[in-house]
Amino acid sequence: MTIVTMNGQSRARSRTSGFWPTLRRVAARPSGAIGLGFILFHVILALIAPLLSSYDPTTPNADTINLAPSLDHLMGTDSLGRDVFARVVHGGQLAMMVTACAVAIAVTWGGLAGTLLGIIGGRADEIAMRFVDALLSIPWLLFLLLMASTIGGGAWMVVPVLGFFYGVAVIRVSRAASLQVSARDFVTAARARGEGLRVIIMREVFPNVADILLVEGAMQWSWMLLAFSSLSFLGFGATPPTPDWGLMIANERGVMAVAPWSILWPCLALSTLIIGINLLADALGKALGVDRARENPT
Amino acid sequence: MLKTILRRFGFASFTLVFVSGLVFISVEALPGDVCTAYLQRYAQGARLEHCIEEQGLNKPAIERYVLWVSGAFQGDLGTSLKKRRPISDLLGERFQNTALLASAAAAVGIPLALVLGFWAGIRRDKPTDLVVSTVAMLAMTIPEFVTASVLIFICAIKLNWFPAVTIVRSSASITELLPNIILPVGVLAFVMAAHILRMTRASVIEVMTSDFIQMARLKGVPWRQLLWRHLAPSALIPAVNVIALTTAWLLGGVVVIEQVFNYPGMGNLMLQAIYDRDLPLVQAIALIFAMIYIVANLLADIAMVILDPRIRTSKEVR
Repeated sequence: MTIVTMNGQSRARSRTSGFWPTLRRVAARPSGAIGLGFILFHVILALIAPLLSSYDPTTPNADTINLAPSLDHLMGTDSLGRDVFARVVHGGQLAMMVTACAVAIAVTWGGLAGTLLGIIGGRADEIAMRFVDALLSIPWLLFLLLMASTIGGGAWMVVPVLGFFYGVAVIRVSRAASLQVSARDFVTAARARGEGLRVIIMREVFPNVADILLVEGAMQWSWMLLAFSSLSFLGFGATPPTPDWGLMIANERGVMAVAPWSILWPCLALSTLIIGINLLADALGKALGVDRARENPT
Repeated sequence: MLKTILRRFGFASFTLVFVSGLVFISVEALPGDVCTAYLQRYAQGARLEHCIEEQGLNKPAIERYVLWVSGAFQGDLGTSLKKRRPISDLLGERFQNTALLASAAAAVGIPLALVLGFWAGIRRDKPTDLVVSTVAMLAMTIPEFVTASVLIFICAIKLNWFPAVTIVRSSASITELLPNIILPVGVLAFVMAAHILRMTRASVIEVMTSDFIQMARLKGVPWRQLLWRHLAPSALIPAVNVIALTTAWLLGGVVVIEQVFNYPGMGNLMLQAIYDRDLPLVQAIALIFAMIYIVANLLADIAMVILDPRIRTSKEVR
């Protein structure tokens, strides 16, 4: 349903929008409720982590190496004698912050570039999309590794790289959406009124692409978390002794036979967060009526 | 049809030039060069000069790029800084090992995914579909090193079925490698199957709701015949494309999986090269990975054009 109001502002929305109604619709679905639950659990855990454990997550202790879980150490200790519970509750902080920043970059630049390309169309759009296709046809991990090897690893170095490359995937989605919106009557009307490109993008097209970008952003967040924890695992993300799930799994692999708890708990934490984000993205897409075919994380 | 194929070929060549340029520039853009990055604080005097001479750094960048790419096509990828050997020598056996791993995973994963995806698609929203789709979703979202670690814990440590890490040289023969690769192949096939399965399922569902299937149902075509004669051909052709896309994941996944299992393949060598700051080797492997991916995509595109009359005849090709 298209509503064209007197002052020329136009919306193409079929349902009530806004933050709370959307949230309620998302939470009404089982997948949305479970997803939100997992995410909230992890966010709260990350925020109050220092209060939960009296142990320092980074200081090694030679007296408590590979201890089994007990009342003193709820999840046991790792190969350097650090409390696994303290490390697990701290372990999501860095990954969540890094990926959240990277998602913000990706959605902003990918969303704007895609919307712009969809509106201007023509030759520039065609050429730009060739480059987008070419960039997307590079295995993602390969590129992150190449970047890590040249500019060096480290969590915050990864942010712009992740943001840039995942933004390229966002361009595709937002361009397709903007192309569809641009063909609608209210955009033609705005053009006929002689509005500038900036006004058309910001007032007419972008609000109608925003839903799709939101769902895309949630999806990208889960891919980014996967990418970042894989990089940490390979030694190019978080740097020791930072508590980080991917890094913990990498470091404690050697003692898996004697101290499996130091690896299984971070596995559980990382999996639940990623699954939570995926479920949320799924429910969000359904609640907003955005039909998004899942794509490969290329 | 020939025109479409030529067009795809053109795009693949463009992508290859673009990607190789990117790989080259990402190192060029560094402050310093390959030699200073490798030698670090020893980058001075005779050592630096020797390195510059060996890597041919005294030539201009454009010339080096052309030499690098044309060399790559002739099988000459330059010299590794750390290993002091021609890169093509180093890659030979590593490439075979990775190819073994990837093709074994593909041989297990692709048929499995096609069958399960087809099955889940025709039984949409029934319990079988829900179970298959949920497991696929989990396999896709959980990082592969987590899946691998948990499987190592269960199969290698608790049950003691397989060795937890590969303990063979990179030049080991296939019979030596086989018992070692069951677990990594299992993980790769599992995750890869999930990607293909989801796409196959979606494609089956799409075709199931299309007009010609409705028509066939209405005119009373038996169920079995409907599946094999009407549904399977048009629903499974898109899977060809998905399989090519999955190689992207497979190539990324191989790096992680090889690291988890300490498997002597290309991904493992690439990580080692990064730790050693051996940039010529990193570039060479990146180029090869990209090349494999582009060629796989091109082959899939061409196969699609040949197999699918809808693409062959349509005017509007991407």
